[in-house]
Amino acid sequence: MSASIETKPAAAQGSARMLVAAGIWVLLLLVPLWLPALGGYTDLATRALIYAIAASGLNLVLGYTGGLSFGHAAYFGLGAYGAGLCLIYIAPSLPLAILAGTVLGGIAGILVGPMAMKRKGIYFAMITIAFGQMFYFIAVRWNALTGGEDGLTGFSRVPLHLGGHAIHMGPVRFYYLVLALFAVVMLVLWQILRSPLGHSFVAVRENTTRLRFLGVAVDKQIWVAFAISTFITALAGALNALLTGFASPDNLGWQLSGSFVVICVLGGMRSYWGPFLGAIIFIVAQDYLSSVTQNWMSFIGLIFVLAVLFFPQGLLGFIKGRARS
Amino acid sequence: MYSAFNGLIVGIFYALMALGLSLILGLNGVINFAHGTFMALGGYLAFTIEPYVGFWGSLILAPFGAVVLGLLVERILIRPLYGRDPLFSLLLTFGLAMIMEDLIRTIWGSVGQPFALPNYLNTPLSASLFFLTGYRLVLIAITILVTGALFAVLRYTRIGIRIRAGNADLETISAMGVNIFFLRAANFGIGIFLAGLAGILAAGQLGLSPSIGSSLIMPSFVAIIVGGVGSLIGSVLGGLIIGIASGITAAFFPVAQEVVIYVIMAVVLVLRPRGLLGQEGLFE
Repeated sequence: MSASIETKPAAAQGSARMLVAAGIWVLLLLVPLWLPALGGYTDLATRALIYAIAASGLNLVLGYTGGLSFGHAAYFGLGAYGAGLCLIYIAPSLPLAILAGTVLGGIAGILVGPMAMKRKGIYFAMITIAFGQMFYFIAVRWNALTGGEDGLTGFSRVPLHLGGHAIHMGPVRFYYLVLALFAVVMLVLWQILRSPLGHSFVAVRENTTRLRFLGVAVDKQIWVAFAISTFITALAGALNALLTGFASPDNLGWQLSGSFVVICVLGGMRSYWGPFLGAIIFIVAQDYLSSVTQNWMSFIGLIFVLAVLFFPQGLLGFIKGRARS
Repeated sequence: MYSAFNGLIVGIFYALMALGLSLILGLNGVINFAHGTFMALGGYLAFTIEPYVGFWGSLILAPFGAVVLGLLVERILIRPLYGRDPLFSLLLTFGLAMIMEDLIRTIWGSVGQPFALPNYLNTPLSASLFFLTGYRLVLIAITILVTGALFAVLRYTRIGIRIRAGNADLETISAMGVNIFFLRAANFGIGIFLAGLAGILAAGQLGLSPSIGSSLIMPSFVAIIVGGVGSLIGSVLGGLIIGIASGITAAFFPVAQEVVIYVIMAVVLVLRPRGLLGQEGLFE
């Protein structure tokens, strides 16, 4: 959680931004050193990063394009199943599994996008939730392939083969693999958001009508944003399957979809680092709550309610607001 | 025939749920994700009071129990969110659904509960029509009665006319002196009443489990989209259609009985995005 303290000056002074970003990366690189000392474990940090990837992907649609997608767990889950099925049926290769999961979820996103986009606003939200349920029921019912309610098991993190060497993926090494992919995702998102394409996403959120008058094919922009976002979320799902060693229907469920949205809201939907911060808060809270109480679901629900009522701008938005005034 | 009828019964629950959701969606502008748990609450309340007041008593009283909680939720949690990004009310009811489902699990246990029906309702009417129990007829009759009453209220009473006017333009009726806070609360209450009623009827048919609400709410979303956003009759029709479709699929291709609902939604979105009875250009 030191990262959250570090971000304060970044919001206050734009010039300190680089320094803080560097600080975050250094802290992330050193996680296996300091996290156990604080009573955490490496897999916890890995999970937080995976959720940060998923939520950052979602945030491209939610925060930047302004589309209320409440079904992103579908692509996360498809990524998980894609990775698992690839390891079981195609080849025991780590990069291939990650790629397979990412592509499976992303293609689903490309297909669902145009159908969901027929409606805007809250109806878009309803349709994305409903499509998420569709994939959930496919996973639950297609027993032979997916393992049904019990989830897909029977695969594990295989060693990574690099130039003839087999690198075994212990928790710490896997953490660094996830961190590297997190860095790639953040870099890609940074490049997209700086590009004309990224500016057009924000323009869709701010003033669709005007964008249309300017001759921009708005629907295509939303589709592109949605597709990119589902690819990123599916990548996170594939990594999650490798982390836990199985893919469960819960990976596709509406509760997880809601969790991704609340992660974005908690951290700050309008902020580049918001989903990352939200993921840390959420994962730490979830880990703690599920260890102390059986009713942790109530408390997660309570986090939803409190976030909406008292923190609609998210933590980063709140800090930025304070810094400005 | 038998499976289509089974589907129709389930479709009735979808339709009642979709009707309430649709009402709240229209005037309050809120996707009430907790609608399913209000429904479950109705069922469990009926389950609790049934030994004291009997089936008919619980059928009348339990929905009001759900409505009381619904009005509290509307007043305390949802009212501050009117006029804000719909994201927030959806997220709030999302969290509320999780809390309520967990509470139901804590209070009534996570194992399903059978809901006792009076014997005379539970026996088939005749041997040849073995699937036609008295309860199913009661269920259909109540649904027709309540839906009819709702449409009559919306059509002829002052509050109904105001609700419809508010759907069209809330700001204007507010300027004309209508207390829109009261109107929205009343509308929310009616929606929750329908959910609670659906819960009791469903409890008698499907039995009670804490997740009954979340398993019925998704098809209700689909019912609204298929039937046509903004059309209450469309929501009812959509609910019945996907219920029957799901029932028939359950007979011939049981693994796809849930998925078929979403396939129908996808087809409708491609061929007729506004839904069967939706008005063109509305809510886009």
